[in-house]
Amino acid sequence: MGALKQYLDLFNSQRRAIDAGSAGALNAARDLAFEALQGRELPDTGVEGYEKTSIDELFSPDFGVNINRMQLPCDIAAAFKCGVPNVSSLLAVVVNDHFVPSATLLNNLPAGVTVMSLARAARERADEIARHYGTAASLQSPGTALNTLLAQDGVYVHVPAGVKVDRPIQLVNLSSTPVPMLTVRRVLIVLDEGAHLSVLSCDHTMRDSNIALNSQVIEVIAGPHSVFNLCDIEESAAGQSRYSQLYINAMEHSEINVGGMTLHCGTTRNEYRVNILGQRAHCQLAGMAIGSDSQHIDNSSDVTHSAPHATSRQLFKYVLDDQASGAFEGSIVVTPEAPFTEAYQSDRNILASSQARMHTKPQLLIYNDDVKCSHGATTGQLDEHALFYMQTRGIPREQARMMLMQAFMAEVVDTVSVDAIRDRLRYLVERRLAGFDASCSDCQSCK
Amino acid sequence: MEQEVKDNNNSVIEDVTGSEYKYGFTSDIDTDVIGRGLNEDVIRLISAKKGEPEWLLEYRLKAYRHWLTLAPPTWAHLNIPEIDFQDIIYYAAPKAKDGPKSLDEVDPELLKTFDRLGIPLEEQKLHAGMAVDAVMDSVSVKTTHREKLAELGIVFCSFSEAVKEYPELVKRYLGKVVSYKDNFYAALNSAVFSDGSFVYIPKGVRCPMELSTYFRINASGTGQFERTLIVADDDAYVSYLEGCTAPRRDENQLHAAIVEIIVENRAEVKYSTVQNWWAGDERGRGGVYNFVTKRGLCRGVDSKLSWTQVETGSAITWKYPSCVLAGEGARGEFYSVAVTRNYQQADTGTKMIHLAPNTSSTIVSKGISAGHSENSYRGLVKVAPNASGCRNYTQCDSLLLGSKCGAHTFPYVDVMNDTAIVEHEATTSKISEDQLFYCNQRGIPTEEAVGLIVNGYAKEVMNKLPMEFAVEAQKLLSLTLEGSVG
Repeated sequence: MGALKQYLDLFNSQRRAIDAGSAGALNAARDLAFEALQGRELPDTGVEGYEKTSIDELFSPDFGVNINRMQLPCDIAAAFKCGVPNVSSLLAVVVNDHFVPSATLLNNLPAGVTVMSLARAARERADEIARHYGTAASLQSPGTALNTLLAQDGVYVHVPAGVKVDRPIQLVNLSSTPVPMLTVRRVLIVLDEGAHLSVLSCDHTMRDSNIALNSQVIEVIAGPHSVFNLCDIEESAAGQSRYSQLYINAMEHSEINVGGMTLHCGTTRNEYRVNILGQRAHCQLAGMAIGSDSQHIDNSSDVTHSAPHATSRQLFKYVLDDQASGAFEGSIVVTPEAPFTEAYQSDRNILASSQARMHTKPQLLIYNDDVKCSHGATTGQLDEHALFYMQTRGIPREQARMMLMQAFMAEVVDTVSVDAIRDRLRYLVERRLAGFDASCSDCQSCK
Repeated sequence: MEQEVKDNNNSVIEDVTGSEYKYGFTSDIDTDVIGRGLNEDVIRLISAKKGEPEWLLEYRLKAYRHWLTLAPPTWAHLNIPEIDFQDIIYYAAPKAKDGPKSLDEVDPELLKTFDRLGIPLEEQKLHAGMAVDAVMDSVSVKTTHREKLAELGIVFCSFSEAVKEYPELVKRYLGKVVSYKDNFYAALNSAVFSDGSFVYIPKGVRCPMELSTYFRINASGTGQFERTLIVADDDAYVSYLEGCTAPRRDENQLHAAIVEIIVENRAEVKYSTVQNWWAGDERGRGGVYNFVTKRGLCRGVDSKLSWTQVETGSAITWKYPSCVLAGEGARGEFYSVAVTRNYQQADTGTKMIHLAPNTSSTIVSKGISAGHSENSYRGLVKVAPNASGCRNYTQCDSLLLGSKCGAHTFPYVDVMNDTAIVEHEATTSKISEDQLFYCNQRGIPTEEAVGLIVNGYAKEVMNKLPMEFAVEAQKLLSLTLEGSVG
């Protein structure tokens, strides 16, 4: 306990510098965040909901925070070899927590669509940001409050009413630091009525980077009848930590499809908080974790239904090898205001080694009687009979294992609605399961 | 027309859930109570009143000192009003002259009480198939059929008697499964426990009758802190039943019990509970706080422990009967029906802790919520690194009868072995209009149809109860739900 103090001290002594590196609504929100953190601690494993990942411990190393917005050197060109081919020419690049306009390619953006630095947006379009910033994220979460306290930059995406962005926008997050660093990233995505948007977000760690903790808060406001797809692929490295919190406000008739795919990481904690505020909204939330060595992956989801006739699906799958450990905590909450809800959740896990660990806690909190809700969770191993059958057909055991694992993960891959991203993801998953690094043949950016 | 049917359904539901609690009477029995409050002197006084040996007093004091360092648990999905532990009477006993030698010496008012509860203590009236230990407030009133059981070497007596007559057995097993350090309420119980039942089944003996304890809170302002210890030696078998009621009062009474069970090689223990403490009135006033620690240690090879519970009473229930599966091939079972209505709150479930290879467990939990109640299932399935070949199947279903109640599921699954197969399934729904309509169409009135559907829903658990109890429990279930379908 007590990791929070160093950041509060930092805030108190460096408030001016923090404000100077940012603008408008981001600065205005800090006071509320500071207040919300009074008397609080970052949760450790003794706190319900954080049993397997101590946020306090994640934040306790003596990290530097790039308050003065120094440009750290980063060979962005090398990183681009990880770019998703055939997917997009719409690219936004963030190095650590710094939006890099020079590397950003947004030539063919449809008229009226904005993709820009959040800090710049807060300066130039203050009202717009003030209207949305912090409306989905909850300061009740100490992690989000801390992010709000220190966040200086990130990405702002806005799609005006009725505009359909036909190609996915790719957000590339690169981690590259010479010293241990806490990066505080903030993303705000606003879809007006009837807007369509697909986002591919990917995390990479540059090869020579020191250790880092990425604190990320993504806020999505999905207006009425909007369609929002997000595929978040993490390909960082051992020693890297990630604490990502995604908040979505889903208005009536909106369609949300979110996938969180953890392929390589050190310690990862992802929190998904979907608030269904409008009737007949639909939310699909999928998660995949492939863990080996001593990776730790903790996904926590919470889909809250506060409006009638909405539906939600959650699907999370883990394959854990070596000493990898996984945790999943998923909730479906149905409030009294949400009759005729249909909400399902499924969590399936495979332990591929005797040292792997899995902790599962699917939850239902139902305050309404006219609902159909269920959850299912299993933890087991590959089907021996299937393996045997494949071997009798001449497929070597190792290859048979691989095929079964790929088939196991295919269900998650198939939830991705953008064809090109889905194909790319399938390729990455196949390579990952086969034990290859995700890196391209001459890649400099990721290990 | 549809509206009419709906209104009709609603009134039926209200009738069903609105049924009266028939055990809410108080008996005018001369009771020996001590003053309110808790301190070391109170513990010494309780111990002295029971004529306990020094080691037991030491145990109580150790537990009390540890309890002082603890705070009540807050993690459950319960809204527990603050409890003033200094405002509770920790010992209350029906006055008797040196303990009754025969039934004639027992206070007739007391006998009447148990008769009204349907628990006749006169042996000739008893079912041949059941031995009863009746506990009123803090002490055991009467244990039946002891002689017959003694012939087989079975010990079935009140806890206080066991301390006097079998001190070495009690000393060997007390606190071995639920340590006084286990949790806040376990520590409190270990400090102030008054009575309870003690059962020892020797090697190779199959207990020929159901053993049963009947708990009754009578005195006002008291807490009940009983302790049950069951030991089944190698190849033994016993089926044990527990029932409980309390008078209607506007105050909240605390019941913090401990049940410890030890199951040796190839032995089997079946523990059934029909919990019907006073649940508070329709506006949520009064009722018993039922904060209970129940745990069994299956330390023998191929040992088996089965918990069955029908929970209909208590204002607040906080209870997780658990199995520690430490012997190879051990098996744990948990079958539960929990009904909450009015302003009742229940957070109940089980823990299955797989420590040894090839252990298996089954959990079937059925929750039924009505009125403004909150009903949660909370369970843990844990597979230790060395426990290979383990198997668990968990099913927990919730039925909602009304739009203002809550049904929640909190299963924790911790797997640290790659050969384990652990499955969890949960569903939440209400009684569908279609089902009701189908029954109506076949000439079954709505109220009956609801009873049928609920009983069908709970059948999987009810089937696990011993015969006499199953009938009783089914009646209780339909009675409890009388008028609550919506």
